Amino acid sequence: MFAGIDHKPSPKGWMDTPVEIKRGVACYAANPKSLETVSFPYARQWSCFDEDWQLPENWKEIISKGFRERLDRFRSVKVFMDICVRCGACADKCHFFIGSGDPKNMPVLRAELLRSVYRNDFTTAGKIIGSLGKNFKKIIGARELTQDVLKEWWYYLFQCTECRRCSVFCPYGIDTAEITIMGRELLNLIGLNIDWIATPVSNCYKTGNHLGIQPHAYKDMLDFFTDDIEEITGVRVEPSFNRKGAEILFITPSGDVFADPGTFTCMGYMILFHYLQEKYGFDITWSTYASEGGNFGFFTSHEMMKRLNAKMYAEAKRLGVKWILGGECGHMWRVIHQYMDTMNGPADFLEEPVSPITGTRFENARSTKMVHITEFVADLIKHNKLELDPSRNDHLKVTYHDSCNTSRGMGLLEEPRYVIKNVCNNFYEMPANTIREQTFCCGSGSGLNAGENMELRMQGGLPRANAVKYVHEKHGVNMLACVCAIDRAVLSASMEYWVPEVEVTGVHEMVGNALILPGETKRTMNLRSEPLPGMEDEDAE
Amino acid sequence: MNISYMYSLIAVIVLFVLAYVGVQLPGGEVFFGIIIPYLALILFILGFINRVIDWARSPVPFRIPTTCGQQKTLPWIKPASIDNPSTTGGVIVRMILEVVFLRSLFRNTKCELKAGTKISYEWEKWLWLFSLAFHWAFFVVLFRHLRFFTEPVPASLQILEKLDGFLQIGVPGLMLSGAVLLAAVTLLFLRRIWISKVRYISLASDYFPLFLIFGIAFTGILMRYFTKVDIVGVKTFTMSLVTFSPHITEGIGSIFYVHLFFVSVLLAYFPFSKLMHLGGIFMSPTRNLANNSRAKRHVNPWNYPVKIHTYDAYEDEFREKMIEAGLPVEKMIEPGMAAEPEEEEKE
Repeated sequence: MFAGIDHKPSPKGWMDTPVEIKRGVACYAANPKSLETVSFPYARQWSCFDEDWQLPENWKEIISKGFRERLDRFRSVKVFMDICVRCGACADKCHFFIGSGDPKNMPVLRAELLRSVYRNDFTTAGKIIGSLGKNFKKIIGARELTQDVLKEWWYYLFQCTECRRCSVFCPYGIDTAEITIMGRELLNLIGLNIDWIATPVSNCYKTGNHLGIQPHAYKDMLDFFTDDIEEITGVRVEPSFNRKGAEILFITPSGDVFADPGTFTCMGYMILFHYLQEKYGFDITWSTYASEGGNFGFFTSHEMMKRLNAKMYAEAKRLGVKWILGGECGHMWRVIHQYMDTMNGPADFLEEPVSPITGTRFENARSTKMVHITEFVADLIKHNKLELDPSRNDHLKVTYHDSCNTSRGMGLLEEPRYVIKNVCNNFYEMPANTIREQTFCCGSGSGLNAGENMELRMQGGLPRANAVKYVHEKHGVNMLACVCAIDRAVLSASMEYWVPEVEVTGVHEMVGNALILPGETKRTMNLRSEPLPGMEDEDAE
Repeated sequence: MNISYMYSLIAVIVLFVLAYVGVQLPGGEVFFGIIIPYLALILFILGFINRVIDWARSPVPFRIPTTCGQQKTLPWIKPASIDNPSTTGGVIVRMILEVVFLRSLFRNTKCELKAGTKISYEWEKWLWLFSLAFHWAFFVVLFRHLRFFTEPVPASLQILEKLDGFLQIGVPGLMLSGAVLLAAVTLLFLRRIWISKVRYISLASDYFPLFLIFGIAFTGILMRYFTKVDIVGVKTFTMSLVTFSPHITEGIGSIFYVHLFFVSVLLAYFPFSKLMHLGGIFMSPTRNLANNSRAKRHVNPWNYPVKIHTYDAYEDEFREKMIEAGLPVEKMIEPGMAAEPEEEEKE
């Protein structure tokens, strides 16, 4: 798998190596219409493969002013610009570097792309020594911001998935995600974005979800799942939408509503909620307005993140629910966990979340008032509130992929594992240095899940795929579980390419399969309408 | 040839010559022995404070710790209370481990291709070990030098010296810290040159402090073990500095002034360089915050209202389709209803 990847950088210095924007790696520019929806500046038709990016005349001034503003607003940026000692601990931690060998994908160097300009423009030493000439600049690692440098920023800031793996190993906790976030904010100031981020942002803003599914279509999809579930279990579930007075609001990424295998996870949620409703009178509603858990604004700017995220609390308030339950998603949870309350709180119109079934008080969410579905379900299982038949998942040998954001921006490690171990009998961990806080990114997070950058995506997905391949060969693992909608889309493609014997599932698809619904007919099929183990010969009717 | 380290090496050699020759000129001793050290110290203190204040002036708008273990959630799930602290106490322990034992570097792995096709991420302890040895040795050496600035010498210092010299080799007895410092600096330098990835990212400003500290340790060792500097004379001089009644003691020798000059340069250079990681580590928001952002609201001082797409605007756009699909709506369709209202400004 790794043949042909050279991790030795060339003897020529990185500042003397101009950027070469490659097809298969770079993403297409944003559709100007999408930028206009959210009133972003300098929306225009341009291409990164052109020589002329049609920058606004005063682009340098805009970037410089934007940089200054961000230094003054974020201590993280200021400190991270100043204190890196270039020890190299992060160098081989990035999945893009491991998968591509491109030295500018070493996290330290990605940051140096910006730091070099910072030293030149914002430090006293840089200004004094820099004034002596270009060679002196080079000695202190400073350089002027030119169009080539800007292109280099753009190229490499969209080769970072903001996964924070480097930050775990950095002795000062320097977080490349922070640097990439800031860098992308700067690029957005002059209309440089990629379409796979800008269009979902525009869709989320207008219709509430990144695929632009309109309210009736959203309901149609869930109706369609309802039919499927009835066919498989004999039980008709009844999800409700935009219902005022419900106790709990449920928000999940829209990817689960529209793309396999996320759809099976969505069916899992529906089965679970129905079960809880029948058994314990559980009262939950879906929303078509806040129908996107994921937040592509996070990959754009702090402001855009806030604008999209605002819908969650707004909808909770309008419907008058007590608290919010969140589905399986990675960066959605980074935003909820580390940003939402600060940006759009305080949520004083909600109540401290209490499980209506077990009475458990989710003290860890007492301010934000939003609970992760695996926290909620782990608690149910612990209190013996779910009737499960894990043998229905016996044909699966499961391993678990920790999402970057839930592991390194939250610490959700045991909850999903506890759920998985209770709904299936065969669970195997990948090697220790590739899971938990050291987990590898799926390879296409932070809005890089486009089609035109497939080469980059497969390179970035390689370290994760390699670890999956290891447990596949050692234990016969055939199912990769995850708690992230982007993972489900990305890993499916990456597995198909690197380890085709392994499929991808959400945790709640397995929950849905194992859960014994009151009044269900004998199950012969799983949620994918494939025969259950031992039922291969049974009539699927 | 790598210009980054050549420039740095040349710079340190020039500094050496400057002090070595300069001190023999008329007034040289006063300049290198009194004026420069005082100036350097002032620059260090003011520069350091200025930098820290500058960092502190930028707020921490979001609570963004890098979580390196299980969060605190359900009572029966054991949290990683240090690597993912939920309390201030946990943060303090995390910071102590980070500052005193370089916790994160201890985690370091090395990604290696085996036989060109298999990849492994093995535990890599050398960077951690060299760095730890370097920082600890530097600290002990620094602490030991308080002997030159205190009268009488505190007991704690004498105990440390006993420990440091426990090998009891040679006369004067070998101090382990000095030897370790020199070795660690050398190893950190060699690592920078040998590992191609680290060489690629290294700047002149990464080599310069290494050479300078090498020079400091080297001249120190030279004086103690080889040229056998007049230690009583040195102490008379350093005590005069620390009591702000500076006067030159004759016959200490040029090497001492080189040593002092190197230290002065290091002090003056410190606040303007990466060496400020000494202060920065304490201010890193990914390490010094508790992961309790869902339990306790973190306030962003510059949080400002933003334009959002409100539910009303959304319903106005889709009302007909929503009613048709049986979705509840706030307003039913009335004849002559206004077109899309303006989006609201909302915090």
